[in-house]
Amino acid sequence: MLIEHQGLSEINGALVILEGVEHPINEELVEISLPDGSARTGRIVAIEGDKVALQVFEGTRGLSMVNTRTRLTGHPMEMPLSGEILGRVFDGLGRPIDGLGEVFPKKKMNVNGQPMNPVARVYPKNYIRTGISSIDCLTTLIRGQKLPIFSGSGMRHNELAVQIVEQASVADSEDFAIVFAAMGVKNDVADYFRTSFENAGVMDRVVMFLNVSNDPIIERIITPRCALTAAEYLAFEMNKHILVILTDMTSYCEALREFSSSKGEIPGRKGYPGYLYSDLATLYERAGIINSAKGSVTQIPILTMPNDDITHPIPDLTGYITEGQIVLDRGLDTTGIYPPVNVLSSLSRLMKDGIGAGFTREDHSALANQLFALYARVQDAKALASVIGEDELSAGDKRVMAFGKAFEEQFLGQGKENRSMEQTLDLGWKLLSMLPRSELDRVDEKMLDKYYVPTD
Amino acid sequence: MENLIFGINGPVVTIKGKTTLSMLEMVYVGEQKLVGEVIAIDSDKTTIQVYEDTAGLAPGEPVIGTDSQLCVELGPGILSNIFDGIERPLQSLMQKSGAFIGKGISTAVLDEEKLWNVHLTVKVGDTLSGGSIYAETQETPAIRHKVMLSPLLSGKVVEVKPDGAYRIHDTVAVLEDAKGSRHELTLTQRWPIRQPRPVAHRRAASVPLITGQRVLDTLFPIAKGGAAAIPGGFGTGKTMTQHQLAKWCDADIIVYVGCGERGNEMTQALQEFSELIDPRSGKPLTDRTVLIANTSNMPVAAREASIYTGITLAEYYRDMGYHTAIMADSTSRWAEALREISGRLEEMPADEGFPAYLPSRLSEFYERAGYMDVLSGGEGSVTIIGAVSPQGSDFSEPVTQNTKRFTRCFWALDKSLAYARHYPAINWNNSYSEYLGDLERWYHDNVGPDFMKYREEISSILYEETNLMEIVKLIGADVLPDDQKLTLEIARVIRVGFLQQNAFHPDDTYVTPEKQMKMMHVILHLYHKCRQIVAMAVPMSKLTATGLFDKLIKMKYDVPNNKLELLDEDLNEIDAVLASYLRK
Repeated sequence: MLIEHQGLSEINGALVILEGVEHPINEELVEISLPDGSARTGRIVAIEGDKVALQVFEGTRGLSMVNTRTRLTGHPMEMPLSGEILGRVFDGLGRPIDGLGEVFPKKKMNVNGQPMNPVARVYPKNYIRTGISSIDCLTTLIRGQKLPIFSGSGMRHNELAVQIVEQASVADSEDFAIVFAAMGVKNDVADYFRTSFENAGVMDRVVMFLNVSNDPIIERIITPRCALTAAEYLAFEMNKHILVILTDMTSYCEALREFSSSKGEIPGRKGYPGYLYSDLATLYERAGIINSAKGSVTQIPILTMPNDDITHPIPDLTGYITEGQIVLDRGLDTTGIYPPVNVLSSLSRLMKDGIGAGFTREDHSALANQLFALYARVQDAKALASVIGEDELSAGDKRVMAFGKAFEEQFLGQGKENRSMEQTLDLGWKLLSMLPRSELDRVDEKMLDKYYVPTD
Repeated sequence: MENLIFGINGPVVTIKGKTTLSMLEMVYVGEQKLVGEVIAIDSDKTTIQVYEDTAGLAPGEPVIGTDSQLCVELGPGILSNIFDGIERPLQSLMQKSGAFIGKGISTAVLDEEKLWNVHLTVKVGDTLSGGSIYAETQETPAIRHKVMLSPLLSGKVVEVKPDGAYRIHDTVAVLEDAKGSRHELTLTQRWPIRQPRPVAHRRAASVPLITGQRVLDTLFPIAKGGAAAIPGGFGTGKTMTQHQLAKWCDADIIVYVGCGERGNEMTQALQEFSELIDPRSGKPLTDRTVLIANTSNMPVAAREASIYTGITLAEYYRDMGYHTAIMADSTSRWAEALREISGRLEEMPADEGFPAYLPSRLSEFYERAGYMDVLSGGEGSVTIIGAVSPQGSDFSEPVTQNTKRFTRCFWALDKSLAYARHYPAINWNNSYSEYLGDLERWYHDNVGPDFMKYREEISSILYEETNLMEIVKLIGADVLPDDQKLTLEIARVIRVGFLQQNAFHPDDTYVTPEKQMKMMHVILHLYHKCRQIVAMAVPMSKLTATGLFDKLIKMKYDVPNNKLELLDEDLNEIDAVLASYLRK
């Protein structure tokens, strides 16, 4: 149905109201033409009889009530896909911006995706070695997992993401590719990622979607969906292992809030829409493995916690959906420890089934538990030391403090080194051996006999 | 008059003008026949919530009524199955639409072709009242399915088929009611999910649901027919605890509802439950389990329904005389679904945007738990264990607070315990169980007369430790007198050796109440002996050097569940090692 409508009845933020529309379809794509010849795209978000509400992706600046023409396309927002998208750069709506021309589509897919049937899922079990001790040993990343990085402004989360991509790719097979989506990040950050990918020589295996901070916010709401649709295509149609990096989810959520308030919706916590959880879930839950394809989608969303507050709705709801989190710590960062992973609040929910004999090494789980438990004791000792002074601590607490220091400097603060799993685990045991054997209550005797190397 | 779609807003669809649809009637929406339910009717419009994605719907498409409320089909074939929030079997959805869930797929709820070996338990001339059993079949090797008359029917049996193999919709008997109308009885019945199934009589709680988890069974036990809440921020182990309960608790039937949670978790549950053997029946756990999976990215309205679907299935098995337990993970997602729909209806919000009827909906749900005399003659129970995911780990938010009012067990998960990898991370200071008094008798008769005495002592040591830790945080443990050091040391044994439980250790994942009691006995025995010795001015450092404390911490691993006599040896060893100090 190629009917064009002349004029609009209301413009409100990114939302446009149109009356007298024949046969609108929910979520259908709409093309909008301006008198100067430029075109925009929008989507129907609500219908009441012949009155429809449109969400305009590029924003409503310059739209007039009289001269704007709209055309209903009859189909939802789709993304043209083929294997050739590898190595390409797109804007936030999936349109090429690298000057290499349009993608010749083998398939068009709805960007909203469909929920994976839990019965068709394959439970993720293969770990991805990142070469970073704190992640490999304590929050192991599993193929098909969604593991976000909770960071704060000014911390080196981008560097960490790049390091994961570089080191993880080296260890993996040929069928490894990266989908990178930038939402509301600064131009420099987008450039940093692009140059880093080029330097690592992986650019021909990267698909980039860029919505930088001065691009329209509605486009930002679509960006991760385009990226995940591309990822699903590559993983489930072309059988590749895909690592999706989404940065920065905080900007995404803020865009969602802006749009929600312009629609006049009843806000939930801190003004974010009540459906923020469901909305985030439709993104994060697109990670996984299905039984009918060989590929996988692994997600590393990055978000900056406003004011470093982990209870803020964005990290909070993210944590409830994702399978763990890697939390970066301001204190460690300022003392120059990189990567500044706060291991106590970090967690990988899927690691328990992807580590141990047959996957990494038999002692992995016991070692990780013991390191966690001891590092928790380090915090208690530190708290006590700050009250009574380090000198006054008992001998036991002093040993624990020494362990904590070595753990932070050697285990966490590895810099750009790429460590093997063996190296990481052995280092863990070396650190544990700073303590008397009787204090290692999370490890059974057999493990201790084999791996405990007392220092003299 | 045909009902046509007028407006669409997310999962909410409206029809203009007066309609013949009734409140809570189930409807099919649009050309694709999406499942929906009428949630509001006023003079000029009818509002419907749609259980599937509404993208692609258009105004003018028809809405077809079904003259019935949103119902579940009940009959053999439910167990070992996995359904979505409105009881569509996910296996057949996968066969029809592949790895991703399509829309408007109609599929049979239960396998209609499978032949069940049915034994008829009635004869012609018998009078049946509502809920009576008229046939039986072995649903899974562990569970015998009892086919019951709908609670709304009664009458005289006028025809009975012989025992044999029947499909679920085959007629196996005919009933004539008081008015003389004939009802063909098959192996199934339907029941509206929002309406509790009737029972004969509600009983007081008196029997615990044994979970095999020490911190629960010993410190905060739950009764069969009780309701418990597990609140906790992300990463504190709500799902882990729910899985442990689903695996090991001594209910006959488990209904596990994954309500707005992760897809991978459901896959994991599906896989693990099929591999694990139920210690009581010796059969795979899936034989007694039904999973309801409405993951977070599946339509939000179906998430709202999933809780009710789950509880109705649980009640159905209760009516057969089974003890059922339903794990709802997580009720917060269900409350959020309520909020989302309420927002779309532009209702006046109460606390944090949640609708004002949140407390009444929560109480309606939790009140469906209970230990009942059922209509079929025996007794059965439904125990509800609901996980709560408080926003920002703040227990003062509306869902946690309101849930607290309607549950009598509160198992508070604690972030700092989880950070220290103390699992299950149930905080012993914030948690409580109001069932202790009700269950005291049972523990006394079935586990041992000293059980409650030990429990109280353990609990008071932990309380004392909490108080001492306030001081230790300020001045360190070294300056404490020896008797307080002993309290701290024994509290450590209790925390690490008793409360912490390793779900991945074959012996530690499930512990019988008998072993729990013996472990407490051994720990307290050491405590009492040491207290005597410390009173004789022997320094604490000498006692720690004996290694007895560390030994007790590891006894949970060293003593297998079938060798409890080893714990008696521990008692003797304590006496032997400490004898020299006592003699002085």
